[in-house]
Amino acid sequence: MTVTQDGVPGGGPKRSVARRRRPLTFDRASFMVVFLGLPLAVFVIFVVSPFVQALYYSLTDWSGFSSGMNFVGFDNYVKLFHDDIFLKAVRNNIQLAIVVPFVTIVLALTLATLVTIGGSGTGTVRGLRNSGFYRIVSFFPYVIPAIVIGLIWAQVFTPGSGLLDAVLSKIGLHQFENYAWLGDARTAMPVSMFVMIWGFVGFYMVLFIAAIRGIDPEVFEAARIDGAGRFRTAVFLTVPLIRDNVQTAYIYLGIAALDAFVYMQALNPGGGPQNSTLVMPQQLFTTAFTKGQFGYSTAMGVVLATVTLLFAFLVFLVNALTGGRERKVKVRG
Amino acid sequence: MTTTADRAEFVAGSRAPDKQAREGKRVATTAHIALILWSLLVILPLLWTLLSSFKTTQEILGNPLSLPGKVQFSNYASAWTTAGIGRYFANTVVVVGSALVLVMILGAMCAYVLARFSFRGNRLIYYSMLAGLTFPVFLAIVPLFFVLKNLALLNTLPGLIITYVAFALPFTVFFLHSFFKALPGEVYEAAQIDGAGEWRSFFSVMLPMARPGMASVAIFNFLGLWNQFLLPVALNTDSNNYVLSQGMASFASQAGYAVDFGALFAAVVITVAPVLVVYIIFQRQLQVSVAAGSVK
Repeated sequence: MTVTQDGVPGGGPKRSVARRRRPLTFDRASFMVVFLGLPLAVFVIFVVSPFVQALYYSLTDWSGFSSGMNFVGFDNYVKLFHDDIFLKAVRNNIQLAIVVPFVTIVLALTLATLVTIGGSGTGTVRGLRNSGFYRIVSFFPYVIPAIVIGLIWAQVFTPGSGLLDAVLSKIGLHQFENYAWLGDARTAMPVSMFVMIWGFVGFYMVLFIAAIRGIDPEVFEAARIDGAGRFRTAVFLTVPLIRDNVQTAYIYLGIAALDAFVYMQALNPGGGPQNSTLVMPQQLFTTAFTKGQFGYSTAMGVVLATVTLLFAFLVFLVNALTGGRERKVKVRG
Repeated sequence: MTTTADRAEFVAGSRAPDKQAREGKRVATTAHIALILWSLLVILPLLWTLLSSFKTTQEILGNPLSLPGKVQFSNYASAWTTAGIGRYFANTVVVVGSALVLVMILGAMCAYVLARFSFRGNRLIYYSMLAGLTFPVFLAIVPLFFVLKNLALLNTLPGLIITYVAFALPFTVFFLHSFFKALPGEVYEAAQIDGAGEWRSFFSVMLPMARPGMASVAIFNFLGLWNQFLLPVALNTDSNNYVLSQGMASFASQAGYAVDFGALFAAVVITVAPVLVVYIIFQRQLQVSVAAGSVK
């Protein structure tokens, strides 16, 4: 403000009043129409309108390309709650949403902690030397398309010709020879979870490294002088200080785990042995684009969206509830 | 264990630094070992894929760990032409390239107006963008299919491009919003006084100042669009128009019968290598972007 006032006689405030009163010139009008209108038109036509339409379609019996649609109220939802295959998919998604974010965050936090405060040194807390390499390598999976990650691991887990089979035989674990990791209902889900976690950890590791580096170093010094070991520093100091980052990560990972479509399509397109890796999006996709039951499939979409929002709400709630207690501990410490 | 040791050192005084140094070294070694193990877990499957892409299908099925008898580039040739990876690659470059340019322009314009002009409905638009970021695309996919069908854009590259733009828009606007908000107002005022209209103020003054933010968002958008799978699989079912991700998926499901594993591995390398190389060159910029995102 002062700068413009110095440069322009007459002062800033008066001019800004004048600007507000300025008539709508062609320049200004065309600017607003194009700058706001164009992006909004695209957004409304291709994002907002499909979401709104979905809510309506889910209340109809619309199926097939030619037949009309009748309003059936909540019939689709009632049917969904008696659909054993869909309920199985819901349970699988919930399992994924519980395990994948948790394991990913614990692993990513551990690795980030090792990089940031694992350095050798007396007194001061230092980052690990030559850790750039680990950071670069860990980030690889993030730049590989998820479908390709799935395809690579599907090959790794292939019985007979897969990398895992060969390695296990080499180290003498012959009981796993020709074991179909993805073809057995007991292991298909854990293995799929592993692949997803492998794909996610690197990104969150880098995110957490940045967050930990953002903490004031004096906090670490103080903890060190008070005699806190590295492990205690990491768990009781670092985690509470970057809890907002952890919360954000939890929500993103939860949303990704409730989707899981790409990974599952790559690892077991048919839903896996006894539908053990079937997820809601896969069932939705088949119901819509193979069976043509559009009304029913959009109802699945509504359930998926509801579960997603519930999950986000739950994470916020848990963070808010535990947040108060942590803060008290911090004050006392 | 470590905590009691630490406390003992603190009390012991003079002997402490020496002991602490040794302990520190032990921790550093453990950290290195853990990180090396993780790095191996990341790299080995990728190296194995690269290795297998030079082997014949018989070699792959025979011994998964063997080195290729003779370095085979024929896998790459057959993946590129027979399996159509070359065509998918070209389609992807066209679709992702166009969508990226469009979404950056439209997103920057929208974010700029929302961040720097106050008008009725501003907040409403901003929050509906935010909602568009959280809702699963799966909810919209069936109606979207018919929106494109009615506009005669189904199974066309322009249709796919505009859909990519629409679904990348909320993220772009959301992140650029804060960048435009942080720009100093004085420069804008100065441009106005110098007689620049709104159009010129934006393109010659404000947009260049938001360049760092634009770069970060462009990187994320590029990766997101390059990896996009659901939208093409649902809305772009003409195999001539396939993009890489869906082409890979369909090739892999065919390979189950035709068993050309060598070509499958080569196709994976073709898909992964360009982005991986670009990443290694620009990794510093990318890590900075991730860090910038984490601060928000």
